[in-house]
Amino acid sequence: MVQEYDVLVIGGGVVGCAIARELSKFRVRTAVVEKEMDVGLGTSCRNSGVLHAGFNYAPGTLRAILDVKGNQMMDDLCRDLKVKIKRIGKLTVALDDEDEATLQRLKEQGEANGVPGLELIGRERMQQIQPGVEGTLALHSPTSSIISPYGLTIGLAENALANGVNFHLGQRVTSLSPLAGGGWSVGTGSGETFTAKVLVNAAGLFSAEVCRMAGITDYVIYPCRGEYYVLDRRLDGTLKALIYPAPKKNAPGLGIHLTPTVDGNILIGPSAEYLNDPEDHGCTSDVMKELRREGRELLPEIRMTDYIRNFAGIRPKQTPPEVGGNKDFVIEDRKDVLGFINLVGIESPGLTSAPAIAGMVREMVGKHIPLLPDPSFNPVRPGSPLFFSELPAEEKAALIADNPNYGEIICRCEKITKQEILDAISNPLGARTLVSIKYRARASMGRCQGGFCVPRITRILRDEFGWKPQDFLKRSAGSPLFVGNVRPEKGGAVR
Amino acid sequence: MNGAKQSIPAVHRDVVVIGGGPAGLAAAIAAKEAGCGDVLLIERDRILGGILNQCIHDGFGLHTFKEALSGPEYAARFIDRFRELGIAAMEETIVLSLSSDRVLEVSTRGTFQRIEAGAVILAMGCRERTRGAISIPGHRPSGVYTAGAAQNFMNLENIMVGKKVCILGSGDIGLIMARRMTLEGAKVEAVFEILPYSSGLPRNIQQCLNDYGIPLHLNTTVTDIVGKGRLEGIRVAQVGEDRSPIPETERYIPCDTLLLSVGLIPENELTRDAGVEMDPVTGGAVVDDSFMTSVPGIFACGNVLHVHDLVDWVSVEAAEAGKYAACFVREGSCALPSPIGVKPGSGVRYTLPQSVSGERDVTLSLRVSAPWRDRCVVVKDEGREIARKREMRLHPAEMIRIDLKKETVSGCSSLEVTVE
Repeated sequence: MVQEYDVLVIGGGVVGCAIARELSKFRVRTAVVEKEMDVGLGTSCRNSGVLHAGFNYAPGTLRAILDVKGNQMMDDLCRDLKVKIKRIGKLTVALDDEDEATLQRLKEQGEANGVPGLELIGRERMQQIQPGVEGTLALHSPTSSIISPYGLTIGLAENALANGVNFHLGQRVTSLSPLAGGGWSVGTGSGETFTAKVLVNAAGLFSAEVCRMAGITDYVIYPCRGEYYVLDRRLDGTLKALIYPAPKKNAPGLGIHLTPTVDGNILIGPSAEYLNDPEDHGCTSDVMKELRREGRELLPEIRMTDYIRNFAGIRPKQTPPEVGGNKDFVIEDRKDVLGFINLVGIESPGLTSAPAIAGMVREMVGKHIPLLPDPSFNPVRPGSPLFFSELPAEEKAALIADNPNYGEIICRCEKITKQEILDAISNPLGARTLVSIKYRARASMGRCQGGFCVPRITRILRDEFGWKPQDFLKRSAGSPLFVGNVRPEKGGAVR
Repeated sequence: MNGAKQSIPAVHRDVVVIGGGPAGLAAAIAAKEAGCGDVLLIERDRILGGILNQCIHDGFGLHTFKEALSGPEYAARFIDRFRELGIAAMEETIVLSLSSDRVLEVSTRGTFQRIEAGAVILAMGCRERTRGAISIPGHRPSGVYTAGAAQNFMNLENIMVGKKVCILGSGDIGLIMARRMTLEGAKVEAVFEILPYSSGLPRNIQQCLNDYGIPLHLNTTVTDIVGKGRLEGIRVAQVGEDRSPIPETERYIPCDTLLLSVGLIPENELTRDAGVEMDPVTGGAVVDDSFMTSVPGIFACGNVLHVHDLVDWVSVEAAEAGKYAACFVREGSCALPSPIGVKPGSGVRYTLPQSVSGERDVTLSLRVSAPWRDRCVVVKDEGREIARKREMRLHPAEMIRIDLKKETVSGCSSLEVTVE
């Protein structure tokens, strides 16, 4: 059966979900098609989780305009969507005269971009903000912030869903054909067909591939991998602000640095390494060694036991390694390919820019089809941005008294309750993998990495949701957790 | 940090034991037997027994009961005694926080409460070191498990985690799982150990690997994990003396499962919250010869204090801690001044307790830093030998215990334990 939409967004990353949520304010039939089994599983969940202030980008570029605008939109958005954000500010630190000149230039550039509150500060103020920080001068940017990147993506998607957007997960787009009389027919790897009057290509690392399906051959994406270490929450509170080195010319990223996360971990990274495979999220021994070395240099109190996990994300770059640096975002309403709104090379600051990009895409969509406001649109997502463990004792007591599932801790490291696990399992998008539970409930993200909670989550899924061993997937259809029962089940569980 | 939480009234209990595994059970029993009428044991699982419940192999209790029991059987002996004594237990209950003035925030199905304890015995055990902690490069597919998690799935949940298995680390749980998975029809390719010797007990090497023809490759580690969905294979390489992989020795082994048995970490988050002084080598608290930590009234025993080789010693040590905790409640304090420091010297990785009073008999627990044959463990007081124990075989995997009489220690000023 062909499913008909007005707008089809290809790609359920933070940008695709922001666009979907923006369009859900209007009376249009919108859907998102996503190749993974959940939203936000590509670059959107594999980054530093930083909202950039917007001084690193040349004035007048889309990156400058959309980043500054997106950053300003985040407070309201996160309040409505119940997403964690911390406005901790950033120190970009100079170590020599050359760096100081860079900071001066960045400040002027930032002011031209409309970044609020930029200040060059000396050692004393630097020390007040972050005791122990080395450097001769720093650019302080108060709007630089940290956010849960998957939290934001999931929040946008769930709110879009609540306002009528359909999500087709696990559907990889394999063909695009223009329809006679306008619009598109979209085929997926599992044989589904969708039609839409307008397509939005928000496929991130695969945006150039989607372009080619539509006959556009202008773009090449150069995947550039960044590896990270995640550090134990023991070090929570060590970093009072984001601390970055002054950027070096033509570097593919902003350099290796420490980033606190909204949940109390610290990230070391990212590295930058071009590769051919846009899905090779492996970590490599040499880079890991280098990250450990740099991490210890930046934070000497890191111990071996503080390393709890590695991950890697991949930037969709438009510049090959021999050129380096960055190109501006491509966000275009193609005149030669009608009804194809094309987003290419949305790398950093894509997370910060996402809500502003969504606004820009909405205007483009409005030129193709009428966008009538939907009076039933509800911008607010139910729930709380805080986990149970973050609540004051009185609120904990009240919740437990009301619902005993809050009294049962399933993830010991992060103190995640059974109710939070149940909520994550029953998420409205219907994402049913272990990482879907992890990104929603935080279970298994602590220092034991699931050794304690995964068997318990398994038991809940088996006893209360009727799952069989072969139903359990880690992330994708090809990632089964188990091979079956040890012995045939005789009327239920062993226990 | 307690200021804001005062609105929830605290219940007083004399001795609160955190953890219902072998250490907690023995400590609670000993506290009760020492005359403490009000002992409460808090266990986060549904049943008592801790990790013993998933250890369905035998070999437990050889020292204590002179017979080879399975884990659940060993636990049952203590649980029976625990019930006989009518000790209170809260199962499915987790301690969310512990303060230095011994106030616990406790969460259970239906209630959240504060408990003010006369004495606290920490018996939370340990957790397994993970892939992240040892920084194995590669992809992050499904099929990579810690050995204990795989044991839990197999023995408690009837779930088979894989068919073609490699094991990194020759810790005891890994060895036990090599045999267990083989018995259930999996093919265990090999066990790889980065050290030049096994970190498991010799009897487990024999009974779990040699008896089943499973090779143990020493000086070898995993250098890459391959597979974007499910694990497809691993690369292993021999390591040089600095334990770095030698690239030309690297080889690929197809497998769908990698079990990690690469060490245990005492689970001391609550201990740190309470401001207890820690020993960086054991990963546990610093204790005196009554097993009291640097915070008065907080005691520690079992694997949360230091990782043991045999559960029998856990039970023995925990019983001491329980006895002294009861005494602390009864007499206000049992702590004698413990001015005599005990330090590990050449060939010794750690010793415990870290200080002794000289006013009571004491057992020193220690581990050596490398394997040796026919050596002596020597205890000296500022160079003067006060005790010596000859061992035909010394191994880092095996804990050594040396009993010292009160008269021997009395009057000493600073003890050092060495291998000679």
